Amino acid sequence: MGSSPLLYAVTGALIFGIGLLASLRDEALLARIIAINISGVGVFLMLVSFAYRGFELAPDPIPHALVLTGIVVAVAASGLALALEKRLAELPKSKTHKEDSP
Amino acid sequence: MSTILIVVVIVPLLASLTCLMLPRLSDRLSLGTGLVQLITGGLLIQSLASGISHFHELGGWSPGLGIALRADALAGALVLLCAIVSLAATVYARRYFTCVETRYRFWPLWWLLSTAIYALLLSADLFNLYVTLELLGLSAAALCTIGAAKTEALRSALRYLMLGLVGSLLFLAGVSMVYAEYGTLSLMALAGQIAQTPATLVALLLLSSGLLVKCALVPLHFWLPAAHGSAPAPVSAVLSALVVKVAFYLLLRLWFELFSPVMTSLFATLIGGLGAIAVIWGSLRALTAARLKLLAAYSTLSQMGYLFVFIPVLAALPDEETRQLGFGALVLFALSHGIAKAALFLGIGVIQLQVGHDRIDQLAGSAQRFPIAFFAIGLAGVALVGLPPSGAFLAKWSLISNSLLTGQWWWMVVTLTGTLLAAAYFIRVLGAGFVTLGPEAPVKGVGVSLQAPALVLACLATFGLGLGAASLWDVLAMGSAGGQL
Repeated sequence: MGSSPLLYAVTGALIFGIGLLASLRDEALLARIIAINISGVGVFLMLVSFAYRGFELAPDPIPHALVLTGIVVAVAASGLALALEKRLAELPKSKTHKEDSP
Repeated sequence: MSTILIVVVIVPLLASLTCLMLPRLSDRLSLGTGLVQLITGGLLIQSLASGISHFHELGGWSPGLGIALRADALAGALVLLCAIVSLAATVYARRYFTCVETRYRFWPLWWLLSTAIYALLLSADLFNLYVTLELLGLSAAALCTIGAAKTEALRSALRYLMLGLVGSLLFLAGVSMVYAEYGTLSLMALAGQIAQTPATLVALLLLSSGLLVKCALVPLHFWLPAAHGSAPAPVSAVLSALVVKVAFYLLLRLWFELFSPVMTSLFATLIGGLGAIAVIWGSLRALTAARLKLLAAYSTLSQMGYLFVFIPVLAALPDEETRQLGFGALVLFALSHGIAKAALFLGIGVIQLQVGHDRIDQLAGSAQRFPIAFFAIGLAGVALVGLPPSGAFLAKWSLISNSLLTGQWWWMVVTLTGTLLAAAYFIRVLGAGFVTLGPEAPVKGVGVSLQAPALVLACLATFGLGLGAASLWDVLAMGSAGGQL
């Protein structure tokens, strides 16, 4: 792998890590959903950089297909998370009774 | 011949879509689908037992481009487990959700979850495994919210979803590392190629940590008790019995088939150590849990821990034959826990539905009022603790003798302590339930179809698996599952 695809791959890995850390922090839910999406973009960037096979050569189509599928999955997941968040916001605020859950 | 693989995956998918479009038919259709799955699962395991291995490339696409399905004995055994548990839970769910509207929303997601489980068990390619993992996480989280009116339940479903997404992303990052290093994602093409390179180690860590989140191994377990403890009973049953189990199945495939050249005994010992912590800590939390469903959820944590304790013991076994037998014990333990835990959740659901709560300190009189459901809980307890003649007894026996054989006596201490603790928390439940309240008229309206599934599953776990374990070993010996260990 030449230096510029490697640069993209490393950038992708960094974005993946940053997004993952942010998604695990105790933030507002919307921020965490966005963080998960950013983290996903990092993985996609890695995959796209792995598709590079050299100057004037056609890129490897398989990682592209993987990225497309991944985007579809990410959209569906974000949609479900947002729908749940909306339902949670619409519920009347009940007193949170203590159970022995962690 | 291998079209049976397509049938296993496509039938629940079609059922899911049909239930979405024709909700009026969904109750009857679901029962039919459950039966068809059970028959197909039986046929699959029968053909695997006769030595046929299944492989199919969908649409005739060459490997690496299309979707490939394959089944060996390990996958076949788990397909049958899923078919049994989901049929029982389907029969139960028809009575459990009394509101028609709730059932109409439940069935499409229910069969989508089944599709994801079967597709995961049969996939022969890392990227398809990622897609099925996501499908599994999304449909499971959505199912947790069915009929949920409390913020607590929705919040834990949301946390379950987010953690599932994090796990899948870690897995996807691992998949992309594998592709960068080896240029293929097909499990069979990869199996011979894996070598000890830095990129391979990173990939192994990413894939394993993603799946360990989904398996809820300590310290990545914190989402499980809340999610499994607040979902509706049939959903909890499937989550605890099947969903965490298929993530573990994937770990077995990765560790023992793909990455076996990279697996070191240090890594295996580390995993076993985390499993041991899960066994003890999960049992202690179950012992102090205030609600029955939380008790069952913490018990899942500890029982999943045993599966990880098997790993270092198996890895240290000297020769092929004993390793194969040990692997059979591991599978037997997984099957036994799956069936018994489903029975436990279904039994608890009956009590919760009738009494309106599942607090352990207010269980007095339950054994009188719900004799069948409570008997099922007791039998499930026998199988979960691992008393003879249950399958878990044989599996734990094999674990203990193998740990002595390989000179790792500390795993025996963990297993025995965990067993004692499990007996303690079950006796606590039985003790609370057998307190009599004086003569009381039996409650009406507890139908047979609500109580029978729990009882059938509990009998299967306690007697069926224990007495029929020999045939399981035969089937596993036919397949390549243990052979590649």
